[in-house]
Amino acid sequence: MAGSASTTNTKPMNLKLRVWRQPNRQTEGRIVEYNVKDISPDMSFLEMLDVLNEDLLRAGTDPVAFDHDCREGICGSCDLFINGRSHGPEKGTTTCQLHMRKFSDGDTITIEPWRANAFPVNKDLSVDRSAFDRIIQAGGYVSVNTGGAPDGNEIPIPKEIADRAFEAATCIGCGACVAACKNASAMLFVSAKVSQLALLPQGKVEAQTRVENMVAQMDIEGFGACSNIGSCAAECPVGISLENIAILNREFLTAKAASNNLA
Amino acid sequence: MNWFTKTFTSSIGRKIIMSLTGLFLCTFLVVHLIGNFQLFKNDDGVAFNVYSHFMGHNPIIRTIEWGLVLGFGFHIYEALMLTIRNKGARAHKYDQWEAKQNSEWTSRNMGILGSIILVFLIVHLYNFFWRARFGSPDPDINHNDNLYKVVVTSFHQLWYVILYVAAQASLGYHLWHGFRSGFQTLGLNHRKYMPLIKNFGYAFAVLVSAGFASMPLYFYLFTNEQGALKDGVAVTLQHLTLAFN
Repeated sequence: MAGSASTTNTKPMNLKLRVWRQPNRQTEGRIVEYNVKDISPDMSFLEMLDVLNEDLLRAGTDPVAFDHDCREGICGSCDLFINGRSHGPEKGTTTCQLHMRKFSDGDTITIEPWRANAFPVNKDLSVDRSAFDRIIQAGGYVSVNTGGAPDGNEIPIPKEIADRAFEAATCIGCGACVAACKNASAMLFVSAKVSQLALLPQGKVEAQTRVENMVAQMDIEGFGACSNIGSCAAECPVGISLENIAILNREFLTAKAASNNLA
Repeated sequence: MNWFTKTFTSSIGRKIIMSLTGLFLCTFLVVHLIGNFQLFKNDDGVAFNVYSHFMGHNPIIRTIEWGLVLGFGFHIYEALMLTIRNKGARAHKYDQWEAKQNSEWTSRNMGILGSIILVFLIVHLYNFFWRARFGSPDPDINHNDNLYKVVVTSFHQLWYVILYVAAQASLGYHLWHGFRSGFQTLGLNHRKYMPLIKNFGYAFAVLVSAGFASMPLYFYLFTNEQGALKDGVAVTLQHLTLAFN
């Protein structure tokens, strides 16, 4: 990076971390301060936490629990609220793909779990996102008959529609939208799942019951409503757009007006 | 609960009522603003009083007025219900919260802006609507209630002018987010038309709030206690008219 005016850091750094520690769901937690030393700028944020945990283990203390799995930015497991933002300051990135070069020596970094009543804290930074699973179970699927596999191009789908469905399908279900929303609303997540399926012919069959059931489950789980603020889409690591929420509302309204479901 | 009440007590259903009433109230603002522009006619309020009389006595207008009451009522009620739900969705707040990095201030503070507008609305209704409907203002030369005089007197009180201008600024910010938000909630978001809706909404917000705010400012700054243009202003206007001709 010689001669570059870039703000990214290249030297090992020492950082002060403010980490939410909570032993379990029943006990109230608090923010605890830690110092980490010689953090390479090439480390990912989670690798930096691994360093912290090794220090803690060596000192005989309980390591910090946090969610992670693939560490490649595709699984949606990691879920940290870093310096007041979902997945930290970098746009379009999951926490595992956030690198320490985005921070500077001597920085103080505040790390909190996703905050929403629908996402109770399991321990430290790990939250229970099974509310999302229950919303998917309520209708985020297509029923497929058993039998011979249909031919790949049997059902014609316009390229533009396939692309838009695919854009919606990139949602990894991490919950950054809920975490960033001032209402802790799950509308962006639900809208991505609803429009992904509603746009395609295979999903149209169950479109009405799907949107009715998924929205009902979303409300039961205790997520807030949408204020069209757009912080969800701005913080989404895979760039799900607000257009999906409009599609969700449209699907919901037409389903409620026209479905045969009287309940 | 049947399907109907379920629909409109769901989170999306409540938002749909918010957007429908909000956009309806936008149409009211346009009518109210255009009517009020008659205040600028330098005719001792004759035209404005004729208009006020019509608005206060025409049976069709009086019927639609109930629609307006319902529009405001539902907009405020649903705002309360949604705010309670939304505040309750995150009992444990963040220690650090950088919402300004990912969203506009107006969109996050619609409730505060709406509350300022509500306070203004109560004062405004008491001062003009209540007096027009239930009070007995002096008659003008056509024997219409001289509401113009009420306007002029009110707008020569500084605290009143400040309240009005502040309320219109709040209205502007409220509409800045509210207009396009209403379309988004109704599902009327299309990549071809959304830029138009957004920009129209921004222009609408600025023009409507500036239009309403111009009235107290005009009377306070440019007219005497009777509502006639101050001498200096009248002369300047004459010069301007000549210049344009």
